[in-house]
Amino acid sequence: MTVARRLALLMVAASLGTAIACSKKAPVVQPTAPPPTTTTPIPDTTRPPAPPTPVPEPVVAPPPVVREDPIASASLDDLNRNSPLKPAFFDYNSSELNAEGQKALDEDALVLKRFSTWAITIEGHCDERGTPEYNLALGERRAVAARTYLVSLGIAADRLRIVSYGKEFPFDPGHTEAAFAKNRRAHFVITAK
Amino acid sequence: MFRNWSLTFLSGLLAVAVLGAGPVVQQPPASQQPPTSQQPTDITTTITSEGGSVPRLAIPDFIAIGTDPDAVAAAKALGQVLWDDLNFEHEFAFIPRDTYASIPRATSFADVPFDRWRELNADGLIIGTVQKTPTGLRIEMRLFNARTRQSAYGRVYDAKNPRGIAHAMSDELHASQRALKGVALTKLTFDSDRDGEKMTGTVEKRETKEVYISDYDGEGQTRVTLGRTLNVFPRWSPNGKSIAYTSYRRGGANIFISNIYEGTLEELTQGKDESWLAAWSPDGTRLCFASSRDGNGNSSLYVVNRDGSGLRRLTNHPSINMSPTWSPSGTQIAFTSDRTGAPQIYIMSLDGLGNPTRLTTGESYADKPTWSPAPYNEIAYTSRAGGNDIKVIDVATREVRQLTFGEGNNESPVFSPNGRHVAFTSTRSGKKQIYTIARTGKDLKQITRAGNNEHPDWSR
Repeated sequence: MTVARRLALLMVAASLGTAIACSKKAPVVQPTAPPPTTTTPIPDTTRPPAPPTPVPEPVVAPPPVVREDPIASASLDDLNRNSPLKPAFFDYNSSELNAEGQKALDEDALVLKRFSTWAITIEGHCDERGTPEYNLALGERRAVAARTYLVSLGIAADRLRIVSYGKEFPFDPGHTEAAFAKNRRAHFVITAK
Repeated sequence: MFRNWSLTFLSGLLAVAVLGAGPVVQQPPASQQPPTSQQPTDITTTITSEGGSVPRLAIPDFIAIGTDPDAVAAAKALGQVLWDDLNFEHEFAFIPRDTYASIPRATSFADVPFDRWRELNADGLIIGTVQKTPTGLRIEMRLFNARTRQSAYGRVYDAKNPRGIAHAMSDELHASQRALKGVALTKLTFDSDRDGEKMTGTVEKRETKEVYISDYDGEGQTRVTLGRTLNVFPRWSPNGKSIAYTSYRRGGANIFISNIYEGTLEELTQGKDESWLAAWSPDGTRLCFASSRDGNGNSSLYVVNRDGSGLRRLTNHPSINMSPTWSPSGTQIAFTSDRTGAPQIYIMSLDGLGNPTRLTTGESYADKPTWSPAPYNEIAYTSRAGGNDIKVIDVATREVRQLTFGEGNNESPVFSPNGRHVAFTSTRSGKKQIYTIARTGKDLKQITRAGNNEHPDWSR
């Protein structure tokens, strides 16, 4: 094999690799996560790791897209632990998106457009001051307010599942106004990549 | 107030029969003893006091026949549990137990020192015997009129669990002597995070909550769900055999029905996410619940048959409609709505005709109505003003009285089946715990102590 032929093969291989890498965005994973059917939700840790870079035998540098973007290669747990999606916070007993909340969601919409296969659950949360019962409905309104806003920015509604936890899962267990403010939120969980 | 003697007595017996997990009240086989000896008196008579106040009773320790340790322990427990059960309703007064030592102990029904008990102004005496049998315990209880020395009520029980027998005795004595539906055989349900298990699928390591049941006095706390998720807001079916609750096992919230003595599970809302707070109709054939399944963020009330069929939307208003409770007749629903801004309590007819009537007008925030059974026509609810407190409103007069006064947060009230007590959640001792309190605001009693426990319901 001449050097020229070798080079040509390598180039074909590299372009193939790039093509495969590009086509990776085609939905191998379903765009919307089907609701888990088992009684126990499947732990995210059991999901397969991000697909390895699909490059043929000869060792070629992975496509630059992946290398530049640690978010795309992170596991779901890693993503959710340090989420690129910022929560929208709400005022006391309110489900109106304020300016700050809209700003957070504007940025979230950009992330969701960039990673168009991601499926999201929007969780509605409340602080501990209302009743457990009414807070379920209030949390629902907060989650729906966030979803409605994201849909208005062009995010497909079927990527955005809703759940209200009322005041069940405070992010800050404290009983101060600062803790309450952290706990009134629409919170994002990435459920599929 | 309790004129319906036969009905309340019947329902008391029904409760004995239905709550089959408790004691089994047995008549001994006819071949062993003639029926007359099981019912020491054919005619049940009523003990009254001399001055017109409640009858004054003494309950000395039951008499253990023989030296079997089980019988001796049961004899001691029976007297104490029966005393607690009867005292819960305040339908009898009691001669203080510390004076009992001055009176010679009876060794059988034949040597009860009636004259000595009369010196302590006893109107009635509860005397019992406990005997070990091959299958458990045989317990005989008689209520004597201390003046006539005649037995006013009596019964024989075969059982293994003396607590359950004491509860059955208490309900029978309340029914026969006071025409009252007692609650000693009823049960509570609530959800708890005491197991410290973590939910899978989230990075926050959130704790699960599971449904528990217990006796009305908090004894025998037993877990009945294994969802490893949030299983919350449990509600007893009227026959005490099933519990409907809100579960997140599908990701979103749905209503499941657990048939707790069969170990089977039904899914009422069929995977329609965001359905909460089931409430059984008084006849157990239907459930009302809240759901935002139409996706606009406002929860509405729905009614559905027990088997999930015949779904009907009850409220059509662009506001939150939540926390349904049935009227005792099953013709009306009281619920929470924020249609005027803050959550308030409304009453609507089940046929959906006419506008809902607003019940609470003096509150800035009111939620979780719970409609009292007859003979009271009251609704208990959570009032938010600074902290959360339990209040009761008379449906007819709109008169309001308060049961808690800022001792921690007090939430999620529910009435006992005779309307005389309220179970609720309070943070007064730190974590969230279940308490019971009389409808008068007296007799506060802590039911749970392990972990956080919330959202109680009281079996019918």
